[in-house]
Amino acid sequence: MKKQKNNMLHIKDLHASVDDKDILKGISLDVNKGEVHAIMGPNGSGKSTLAAVIAGKDEFEITKGDVLLNGEDITELDPEERAHRGVFLSFQYPVEIPGVSVTNFVKTAINETRKSKGLKDMPAGEMLKKIKEKADLLEIDRKFLSRSLNQGFSGGEKKRNEIFQMAMMEPKLAILDETDSGLDIDALKIVANGVNKLKSEDNAVIVITHYQRLLDYIVPDFVHVLMDGKIVKSGTKELAYELEEKGYDWIKEELV
Amino acid sequence: MSLKEKLLSSYIAFEDYLEHDSPMHDVRNEAIKAFENQGFPTKKDEAWKYTSLNALLKEDYSLFPKKENTVEMKDVKKFFLHEIDTYKVVFVDGVYSSFLSETTHDKLDVCLLSSALSKKKYEPIMETYFNTIATKDSLTSLNTAFAKEGAYIFVPSHVEADKPIEIINLATGNESATLLQPRNLIVVGENAHVQIIERHQSLSSNPILTNAVTEIFAEKRAHVDYYKIQNDRAEASLIDHTYLQQERDSVCKVHTFSFGGKLTRNNLNFYQNGEHCDSILKGITILENKQHVDHNTLVHHISPNCESHQDYKGIFDDSSTGVFNGKVLVDREAQKIDAFQQNNNILISDKATINAKPQLEIFADDVKCTHGCTIGQLDEEALFYLRSRGIGQKEARALLMYAFANNVLESVKIPELKKRINKLIAQKIGVSLGFDL
Repeated sequence: MKKQKNNMLHIKDLHASVDDKDILKGISLDVNKGEVHAIMGPNGSGKSTLAAVIAGKDEFEITKGDVLLNGEDITELDPEERAHRGVFLSFQYPVEIPGVSVTNFVKTAINETRKSKGLKDMPAGEMLKKIKEKADLLEIDRKFLSRSLNQGFSGGEKKRNEIFQMAMMEPKLAILDETDSGLDIDALKIVANGVNKLKSEDNAVIVITHYQRLLDYIVPDFVHVLMDGKIVKSGTKELAYELEEKGYDWIKEELV
Repeated sequence: MSLKEKLLSSYIAFEDYLEHDSPMHDVRNEAIKAFENQGFPTKKDEAWKYTSLNALLKEDYSLFPKKENTVEMKDVKKFFLHEIDTYKVVFVDGVYSSFLSETTHDKLDVCLLSSALSKKKYEPIMETYFNTIATKDSLTSLNTAFAKEGAYIFVPSHVEADKPIEIINLATGNESATLLQPRNLIVVGENAHVQIIERHQSLSSNPILTNAVTEIFAEKRAHVDYYKIQNDRAEASLIDHTYLQQERDSVCKVHTFSFGGKLTRNNLNFYQNGEHCDSILKGITILENKQHVDHNTLVHHISPNCESHQDYKGIFDDSSTGVFNGKVLVDREAQKIDAFQQNNNILISDKATINAKPQLEIFADDVKCTHGCTIGQLDEEALFYLRSRGIGQKEARALLMYAFANNVLESVKIPELKKRINKLIAQKIGVSLGFDL
């Protein structure tokens, strides 16, 4: 591999399986700092698996290939170690944790990450200021922060809460797994606006989606089509419009 | 000599101390006969199928500790809810410790069963209540035969106890193995309110066996909020029998937190005598090593239009075992009742065991009875979610266990107690999460 200075994520010929069933069948993808990549594809094509494999879900076995984050092989790392290195996955179905408030959860996540770097807990004042700032960015009500994590949240609230956590953790590589599903257009705009504000020359975003709709608000530099565990086509944002209009069948035909 | 023989012969000696012509003497004689006839329960008894007392009964227990063993407050302060002001009835090896206690006769009585049993002015109350709802099974009878000390609480009608009451049973184990048989009587008058916290605590590594009986009477519209903290040492065992009788419109809640001890058996019996009663039974059990906890609950719906709500959560690690045997009995007259029972368990280790046995006996035809029981492992997806946020595996597991048990804590109405329980849970799970759970 030619080592690029601004490379964030380097995936080469990645194969992954669950219960001996191959899901990812040779994916190669390079994401550079400052870029937004969209991954689209029909149901069951392996999009969520790719996200989970990058984040380190051990249900999936990597049978072949490399995943490098900032030049470091992360395939043997635990999910928390990947998080400490700046990987963030916004879940399609966030988990409910009764009895643990959004605020306490976010504090724990941040301080555990700091601990892994040999840093002390973030001072309470600084934490509070940051929470306030990010909550405002995502138009989150203060009362919401003292509720139990995801418990009784609407679909939209759960997604907004995911992006709030992302804002707090300031990841290097954010993967948004169908963050648009379950969102009405207003919530979608708020979430997209939040993501855009968090974008910088130093981080990168992978957006996984079924629909082009989200990409009107989070504009990708590259669009990839994932089918049957492989990236079958890559292009710019125009590809997303084409997919929206014509579906996926024409790509299948092209492949034949 | 077996423990049974030892107890029977000790009773003869014990009788010498008693007033032979008091009605109490007849009660005791009857009780010791019931114990003699039945003997200790064995696994052949359906109600004791999953809990064996064999190992416990082999110890050579001292039955009457010789003198008051002094215990310094500073050594036991941590077992009290010292963050707030409370009434305290404290026993050391079954003997009342005036030094550690804080009783009252102002507005309400928080004092001793021994005085209630012996003083003339309490006679009518004793006749009305004492030993009227305790069943005649062998272990309750054994307690009745020897009952001489415990807490006596009387809250008159329309009185709201101004602070919680702690009943603390300390065991020094100074005389090697010790058998303790505390007996509590609690009468809560019409529209009266009380909060009670009960604890059994051994202070040494000698085996302690406690066979406790508590009778609680909730008169019309009374509110009783009872908390049992069971976090004893690994050598201490507890067989508890708690009986609650509720009159109309009363609300009784019992929370049982079982985190420690060798063997714990909770026999918790509710009798709904009047209409519109509400009975709430909740429990969190977190066990490790070879600990054993058996929850044996009964809610007897005698009257119509009542509710009962049972919610027990269990987390079992290592070779620990849990039993949940929850019985709901609905009489033919008890129409329009709503009985709910839930028991959820997580097995952390392959060697841990849970035996769950819900029993519904319904003789009325217009009732709502719901019950559910689950046994599972920690949710892998949830674990991944927490770890993907940078939270280590151990902490993530702890957080999930806490979340699992959490809804039982929501109904704890004393904030300091809730904090204490949270702390015990965090200790038990072995993590510090950097914030108060």
